[in-house]
Amino acid sequence: MTKLTPLAGALLLICAAAEAAAQSTSDEVAALKAEIDALKTDYSSRVQALEARIKQLESAVAAQSAAAPASVAAAAGAPPPPAEAAPLPPPPPSYPAAPPPAGRSSNATAFNPAVSAILTGNYASLSEDPATYRIAGFIPPPGGEGPGNRSFNLDESELTMSSNVDPYFFANLTAAIQGDNTIDIEEAYFKTLGLSHGLTLKGGRFFSGIGYLNEIHSHNWDFADQPLVYQVFLGGQLGQDGAQLRWVAPTDTFIEIGAEAGSGRAFPGTQRNSNALASHALFVHVGGDVGDSTSWRTGLSWLDERASDRTYPDLDESGLPVIDAFSGTSRLWIVDGTLKWAPHGDPTYHQFKLQGEWMHRTENGQLAFDVTARDLNGGYRSEQSGWYLQAVYEFVQRWRVGLRYDSLSSGTPYLGLVSAGLLPLSDFPTLARASPERTTVMVDWSLSEFSRLRAQYALDDARARERDRQLLLQYIFSIGAHGAHKF
Amino acid sequence: MLKHLCRFLITTLVLGLALPAQAALKVLATTPDWASLLNELGGDKLNVYTATSPFQDVHRVDAKPSLVARARSADLVVATGADLEIGWLPVLLQDSGNPKIQPGSQGYFEAAPLVHLLEVPSAVDRAMGDIHPLGNPHVTLDAHNIAIIAKALSARLVLLDSANAAYYAARGEDFQKRWQAATVKWEAKAAPLRGVPVVVIHRDQSYLCNWLGLRDVASIEPKPGVPPSAGYLAELVTKLTAAPPKMILRNAYNDPKASDWLSQRIHVPVVLLPYTVGGTPEAKDLFGLFDDTINRLLAGAK
Repeated sequence: MTKLTPLAGALLLICAAAEAAAQSTSDEVAALKAEIDALKTDYSSRVQALEARIKQLESAVAAQSAAAPASVAAAAGAPPPPAEAAPLPPPPPSYPAAPPPAGRSSNATAFNPAVSAILTGNYASLSEDPATYRIAGFIPPPGGEGPGNRSFNLDESELTMSSNVDPYFFANLTAAIQGDNTIDIEEAYFKTLGLSHGLTLKGGRFFSGIGYLNEIHSHNWDFADQPLVYQVFLGGQLGQDGAQLRWVAPTDTFIEIGAEAGSGRAFPGTQRNSNALASHALFVHVGGDVGDSTSWRTGLSWLDERASDRTYPDLDESGLPVIDAFSGTSRLWIVDGTLKWAPHGDPTYHQFKLQGEWMHRTENGQLAFDVTARDLNGGYRSEQSGWYLQAVYEFVQRWRVGLRYDSLSSGTPYLGLVSAGLLPLSDFPTLARASPERTTVMVDWSLSEFSRLRAQYALDDARARERDRQLLLQYIFSIGAHGAHKF
Repeated sequence: MLKHLCRFLITTLVLGLALPAQAALKVLATTPDWASLLNELGGDKLNVYTATSPFQDVHRVDAKPSLVARARSADLVVATGADLEIGWLPVLLQDSGNPKIQPGSQGYFEAAPLVHLLEVPSAVDRAMGDIHPLGNPHVTLDAHNIAIIAKALSARLVLLDSANAAYYAARGEDFQKRWQAATVKWEAKAAPLRGVPVVVIHRDQSYLCNWLGLRDVASIEPKPGVPPSAGYLAELVTKLTAAPPKMILRNAYNDPKASDWLSQRIHVPVVLLPYTVGGTPEAKDLFGLFDDTINRLLAGAK
């Protein structure tokens, strides 16, 4: 306590000087005094805590020297001497010796970001050749379709580094090293820390906030692959290069509104040589609890993208490969809903999760046929939709089962070239009307929070004709910093 | 469509900003224990919301939308710290857009760093289970810890809400007096528990055992957060049959299966403990929590 007196004295002196300097601000002085009082209480409580510990340690030392043999015996696991027999001094809490503090000299690694790596891989047994996989009726995104290759595959290895930059910003880098030795920067963003009024600004490359699953990294999916709607409408997952502003309403019910503007580089947009922001997104999320055990979140999202010369491979009437290209606008609506139930909200032993999303896309613009040779241009308009619904249940600690159903409806697009009688519809086999669907079951086993093994079987009727029977065995291992996950 | 959406956005924003400031300090407490302590120290000057129920494992909670909404409006977050809430609290703080409760600011209070932490590992490796590098975070069940934390929390309330400084100071002092008296009473009452051998499930009774001198001779979880295997349980039965403990301690939030199974094998009773305020009907507040815990232990030790 004596050490505190000079400190408090100095503070009071400063306080007195301030008073002399500015008589008119007596209110401020009063406030300062209150703060000093609070500081004193804070310090005195810490000092008292220290004093208490010193006393405890002293008595522990005394007790140890008095009854050294007994404590040795107890430590060795032998039955202790009857406690009632000896007239005991006040309880000597036997704190295990804390390790001596590591060198407190300056340390360049003290500010290392939180680093984690997630390793994933699978074994795939597919009844159809994955090279010919194509979701019928939909313009294929560049990559991102289908169950991947056969046999053993190294899936993505995800490296994440994140840390607060300063009191104002948080930054995160997530790089996915793919099994084919390429690196994707999945996310590299900064984000404000408590901008105030519930606002958060994010910039860089980030997974868009549209839908439910779009923001979630693959190792946290409940199935080994993406729902079909994500594959055809977002090319797997939409990563924005741009900025996002989110606002959480000051209400007890969770209401969040977000807006994004981006370059539109990623599917369904394309890289364009333009200063414009080609991608815009808006979303609203609402969520809450029902009792102790159930929580929910639902959302509505809107995405507006521009594409120019978004090419895709197709076959012409005679079966020869051609390259076609779409240019125009792509607008997507998403409705999502998620519900989680666990007894008393504790997912340790049982949890049920129901999740579904519905998407509707309108594409409007021009479609070029055989851009490398004939290069014919005509109008194009499509209205396509799809949905999935999945349920996952942890039936016993560490074990979960899941069921998912996917359905898509391609509709019949308006093709200017066909309407004008310039080309037959059979020159656009990819766009022939189709209703792809898929049913998936999975079971996974998590030995700890950090490891998961999964088996998944799917009856995939996404191709125009053949049914693909897909068996996937997957592993997911997380090492490094303990991650925190969104709902 | 867009125009409508923009108008909606702006209206909501304006309405949101114009909402009248609440008189009471809004506090988000991560556990019922901290909520109870806040009620003792702040009375009706605080509006306290508890993030978890007594039947939840605080380490495994979802960052639910409702919690983000509460964090958004909170003036103060009271957490245990020492990584106990690491799986969800950082998400709440980041998504809240609330500068008042960011770590390092006055509106963020962590209890564990204030007290002496037990079981600080000298080396950390996940092969040891989900261990906490900073030490065992389950600090509440030692009455001396509560006294230390209460003092610092009182001081924090004074800093945050200086208009009611006198009120908090008086309540804090009153609480310390009552707590001191109760601690003396509990320690006297619990004297027969000294040296009594017990089996725990997870290492969340360490502070209680340390305070009252109970000897935890075994843990049903072989490693923190790792459920026991059949082999480990068989080993445990052999070991505990040779030197039987007096009781098996189970927290209200633990699944009864493992402890009941062991109880039948080694013929030792399971004693249900509230662990946190609200864990049993008797544990209505912090005083009730300690009263009930000691009563149940004494009944089990007979």
